[in-house]
Amino acid sequence: MNQDAFGLIFTGEPNPYMRDLTLSRAVAAVPFGGRYRCIDYILSDFVNSGVRNVGLITQKNYHSLMDHLGMGKEWDLNRKRDGLFILPPYSTKDNTGVYRGDIDAFHSVMQYVRRSNQKYLILSGSHTVFNTTFDAILNQHRATGDITIMYNEDPRFFPEEQNRDLRLLLDQDGMTVTELEWNPRRPRSNYRSCEIIIIDKTLFEDLVDESYSRGGIDFTRDVLLSCVKELKVMGWRYDGYVARIDSVNTYFMHSMELLNAAEAKDLNNRTHPIYTKVKDEIPSVYGAQADVHNVVMADGCRIDGTVENSILFRGVTVERGAMVRNSILMQGVKVSAGAKLDHAILDKNVTVSSGRSLIGYEGIPLVFRKNLTV
Amino acid sequence: MKKRIVAMLLAGGQGSRLGVLTSNMAKPAVPFGGKYRIIDFPLSNCVNSDIDTVGVLTQYRPLALNAYLGTGQHWDLDRNNGGVFVLPPYMTEKDGRWYSGTANAIWQNRTFVDQYDPDYVLILSGDHIYKMDYTEMLRFHIAHNAAATIAVLRVPMEEAHRFGIMNTDESGTIVSFEEKPKAPKSNNASMGIYIFNWKTLRAYMERDDADQTSENDFGKNIIPEMLSAGEKMVAYPFEGYWKDVGTIKSLWEANMDLLGDPPLLDLDDPSWRIYTRNPVMPPHYVGTNATVKNTLVSEGSVLYGTALHSVLFCGTHIDLDATVEDSIVFPSARIGKNTRVRKAIIGENAVIGDNVRIGEAPRAGETVDNELTGDIALIGNDITIPDGTVIPRGAVVTGKTLGQFIDGGANA
Repeated sequence: MNQDAFGLIFTGEPNPYMRDLTLSRAVAAVPFGGRYRCIDYILSDFVNSGVRNVGLITQKNYHSLMDHLGMGKEWDLNRKRDGLFILPPYSTKDNTGVYRGDIDAFHSVMQYVRRSNQKYLILSGSHTVFNTTFDAILNQHRATGDITIMYNEDPRFFPEEQNRDLRLLLDQDGMTVTELEWNPRRPRSNYRSCEIIIIDKTLFEDLVDESYSRGGIDFTRDVLLSCVKELKVMGWRYDGYVARIDSVNTYFMHSMELLNAAEAKDLNNRTHPIYTKVKDEIPSVYGAQADVHNVVMADGCRIDGTVENSILFRGVTVERGAMVRNSILMQGVKVSAGAKLDHAILDKNVTVSSGRSLIGYEGIPLVFRKNLTV
Repeated sequence: MKKRIVAMLLAGGQGSRLGVLTSNMAKPAVPFGGKYRIIDFPLSNCVNSDIDTVGVLTQYRPLALNAYLGTGQHWDLDRNNGGVFVLPPYMTEKDGRWYSGTANAIWQNRTFVDQYDPDYVLILSGDHIYKMDYTEMLRFHIAHNAAATIAVLRVPMEEAHRFGIMNTDESGTIVSFEEKPKAPKSNNASMGIYIFNWKTLRAYMERDDADQTSENDFGKNIIPEMLSAGEKMVAYPFEGYWKDVGTIKSLWEANMDLLGDPPLLDLDDPSWRIYTRNPVMPPHYVGTNATVKNTLVSEGSVLYGTALHSVLFCGTHIDLDATVEDSIVFPSARIGKNTRVRKAIIGENAVIGDNVRIGEAPRAGETVDNELTGDIALIGNDITIPDGTVIPRGAVVTGKTLGQFIDGGANA
């Protein structure tokens, strides 16, 4: 199954709209969905598709990502043949070790690409979250084009926070890409790239080498946009749930969507599960005063207060008399007795002291950075 | 390569007192505490005590246990040298036989132990829930220069007749041993945890194996034999939570012990984690109309109804207007709409329909065979209970007995 494809994930892209959530971590390492990190979804998509060779390009702030991934054991990617390759930047005489864009990064990991003996490359970003397998898109790619872009229909548009927004205009056949839009202010298409691009490995090598020699920086801007005319670029439509984590607001919005049964069911599809690092937490403990409604909660939580419409990661404590509404509490957060939260995102290990009120509003969630005591 | 100590875990038999819960698995693989299996406790104790070589002895359905343990990676027991091994009985050119007793199981696997040339061997039992640092016990064993050390727990005097009782002198040396005495002289109950000097044990097992009349059992044969031969044997006093979960009643109680505030057994102990094979499941979800109090909930569960004072394992589903109280719901079991479950154990993958009543008072004239269960209703693994069924307290529901509860009760 798909033994002829390998994956390459670029986790370098910085994103100012993520604010404090990416203060000390890559977007790929941002916790999402109650017990996962963004990277878990794409890695699991690869593994569940039978892709056994995955390279992961890291750039800045990759410590937390390395810590999370380890040897790739939880994804069954600690293999003798192929497996997970973490590709951090390194400096050589013609490479400063700092990537200006993904072309630099692809150029510096070309050794890994050449050594991989699969025919097709699945290029991926790390902030688009979905749960599927690549069986169908690979089948279409094998039969049709030079380049295949996975997209979904997404009418939502946030111009003030637009970041790496790639849109596809399609021919009447519904597959052939006639034009690509890159961060358009007035988009003509609701077909948005899911950051998945399938390309023949040798074509990828040539395109990157060519662009690098001409001073290209960004693969989408400097390669993809210009090759629509010369190459056969196809679109592949995905109709499942897609979450684009490209700002604090979309992070909040998509997190809350997981409280809806349909979205949660699609993203947590039991036939292809999402793998993540195991923490050996105990089951969550509900106390006598626990009052919990419409909440997604991971293991290891201790709840004795009120929690509504919220996402709780592993090991969160909500003490008696505390009130948590419409909030996201990451691993190890402690909400002390009598504290009140609404529309707040509390990063890992934030402690809220007794009686404090942290109240944000719809569309303006408060963000509290890692390890803060309020 | 030489090891100082090797652990041998007697995962033993079918656990017939646990009835239908062990119909397709050995007793140590029975779920416990929301996400664990019983065997996770002795295994985690070993790892946390820096014992990295564990033989698991079983002769009942080794496949289920083998599949569960895998390479041992979940307990950090996938070691280059050592690790965890399932040891079922096997044939040789000369002979081959089932394990005739606890000591015989070790004797038949002496070559397994010999390859590590250990100074000591730790014998454990697979159906006890407790947290114990075996390093402390080994230190005690060495300090007393003993041939054997037996961990003991002080039990209430009125219960002492149910245990193997160690009578000791002031220094802790065992002077006599009585298996389930009618008139116990002390309340030092054996916990079924032994440390032996391997060479000494090996010699006694060899002699015991040659004795045709022996039952090849540690409690009945090896320990009395060593005592009468004058070997130095000491009792290691253990303080803390310990429970034999070999019966339905004790299994239910031990799970309920986790729900106290504070719990009698605290699993949330970063210095002494209990490791398990974690299921790959999403976080649990609690619905808008749900009520959950005094309950343990594990990943993958979806709760729309009410759960009070219960232990819910991974992947359970409690539908709208259903109530589960004082109960244990094993992995991936489903409780239908408007169903009420009281003081029950619901087996793995069981599907309880809508408007079912479980754990009700028996109707007039209804009798229930509750020898194994007391007042705890027990629904077997993989059973489907049709809508509207009423199951009285203490009843055991299996594929065979289900019929008598449908179509109007026990005498139908």
